[in-house]
Amino acid sequence: MSAVKRNKRDGRNRARFASGPTATVLRLVFSLAITFFGLLLVTFLIGRVLPIDPVLAAVGDRAPQAVYDRVREEMGLNLPLWQQFFIYISNVLQGNFGQSVLTSNSVLDDIKRVFPATLELATLATIIGVFLGIPAGVFAAINKGKWPDHVVRVIGLAGYSMPIFWLGLMGLLVFYMKLDWVAGPGRLDSFYADFIEPTTGLMLIDTLIEGDMDLFWNAVSHIVLPASILAYFSLAYIARMTRSFMLEQLSQEYILTARVKGISEHRIIWRHALGNVMVPLVTVIALSYANLLEGSVLTEIIFAWPGLGLYITNSLLNADMNAVLGGTIVVGAVFIGVNMLSDVLYRLLDPRARR
Amino acid sequence: MSNETLLSVKNLEVMFNTPKGDVHAVRGVSFDLGRERLGIVGESGSGKSQTGRAILGLTAANGKITADQLKFHDVDLANLTPKQWRKVRGARISMIMQDPKYSLNPVMTIGDQIIEAYREHHKVNAKEARHRAIDMLDAVKIRDPERVFNSYPHEVSGGMGQRVMIAMMLIPDPELIIADEPTSALDVTVQLQVMAILDDLVRDRGMALIFISHDLHLVSSFCDRVLVMYQGLVVEEIKASALHEAKHPYTKGLLNCLPKMDGDHSDLPILEREASWAEG
Repeated sequence: MSAVKRNKRDGRNRARFASGPTATVLRLVFSLAITFFGLLLVTFLIGRVLPIDPVLAAVGDRAPQAVYDRVREEMGLNLPLWQQFFIYISNVLQGNFGQSVLTSNSVLDDIKRVFPATLELATLATIIGVFLGIPAGVFAAINKGKWPDHVVRVIGLAGYSMPIFWLGLMGLLVFYMKLDWVAGPGRLDSFYADFIEPTTGLMLIDTLIEGDMDLFWNAVSHIVLPASILAYFSLAYIARMTRSFMLEQLSQEYILTARVKGISEHRIIWRHALGNVMVPLVTVIALSYANLLEGSVLTEIIFAWPGLGLYITNSLLNADMNAVLGGTIVVGAVFIGVNMLSDVLYRLLDPRARR
Repeated sequence: MSNETLLSVKNLEVMFNTPKGDVHAVRGVSFDLGRERLGIVGESGSGKSQTGRAILGLTAANGKITADQLKFHDVDLANLTPKQWRKVRGARISMIMQDPKYSLNPVMTIGDQIIEAYREHHKVNAKEARHRAIDMLDAVKIRDPERVFNSYPHEVSGGMGQRVMIAMMLIPDPELIIADEPTSALDVTVQLQVMAILDDLVRDRGMALIFISHDLHLVSSFCDRVLVMYQGLVVEEIKASALHEAKHPYTKGLLNCLPKMDGDHSDLPILEREASWAEG
């Protein structure tokens, strides 16, 4: 859908911009800017419309009226709305999301701390989901109606219908408590917790940079269970979509052409059909990745994972509006970024979408 | 035309198992084919395409093929393993599909698709294969073979796409080409061009051709012999040059439908079908 729209816009812009890579980048930046502006406008308005008084949250409900008025003025809340929006935009562009009432850090610092935790978890989960989900979907499609298809469908259905908090708790019970195969909640054992200075914030990469293999394997042992549980859901979704895209492609004429040529069934499936399946599948994977990047609140709570979802939820429950808005902007920006990425991949995979 | 028999089909039946009951698509078709050009004509649903697909073992999964004999040279096409089929398909028998818009892979370059057809059956390096593919594009009279080689199917016209299809199916040098409505998706003006290219190549390389079409006129001008099919049966077999001597009322009816320059144009002839034609 979005690719279709974009093509139309490209057509109109071709007259204005010269073609070539510079023009493509310019167009990309322009469309990014517009989308980001819309995102800021919406978050700003939500922040002003919500019946949460940021002054009250800062001074407490027992402050005298004079203090309340002064703080209100300091926060710029007495200015006209458009002026406030202007200030808000210029602040955000300078990376200033304000102070978190809850943690009394700047929101930007907080997000720098929590986002990598979510990014690491979501990325690992998506990688597992893609590398198991696609083969499972293909396997189901080529065995349509036979037992492998049913097995994949039951696994997928279970993935959809089991509540994640239950699965998380069961996982901890079995693999951490009973079998002791993996480490428990958190990103590292508390013994190691202060050993590592965040460089990227991604524990698996930071420990490798430090060259400390004990720490690395400890981090792996912590992330593997929550990542697998999140991966199970993305796997179920990806496998299901792969199966249906694959069945659609396998009934196309060009598949028959490939058979006429005498090409192996293996190559027909993995080169011819999958090459076409990947085009719509990229969007599916990107959306599922973006969803995970928002932070999976329940998983983060159960595994005491200090991620974005946990941070935003806590802020919201404590009326910490700066933190909530900052977090929302990050989530929005991530969505925009992932969508851009999927658009780029879409063009790479489908020559018809290129200009 | 030499008299050696390439393909021998005896009592070929194709049956489809559908939710609405069994459909008997081909009912006892028999013919022998030498190095000649055989036309199979019939209306849609007459079983002509299913006959072609059955020869390549590409009947859909819910279809069942039976035949007293289905032999290509000494290869028994009725009992081939998938591995044996891959040595026959493309290399010895190939098929030109109907509409290049759907029958070429949209995300692979034309060059890659042609090379793939060639390298499946000939062990050559990438450079040699590329060279062959470009020669082949040249042979189907594509003016700028290098550009087309690097293009994707959506970047070429229908007539060009069908030439690409011909190049791709002829490059491994098969002995028998089945052309299933090769020009039906094309503009009338390019139909004859494409047919002429195919005809030239088939003659030059001494291939046998089965030309499947609903267009009796086109078939008779490019084939030596014509099978007329109706409801899964061959109702008449006749030399293309002797078409005007056709005996079966269905063939006569089809011939009547061709407009004549000097004829009476006031009435459009309608083909009256009789139930008895469908009885084997």
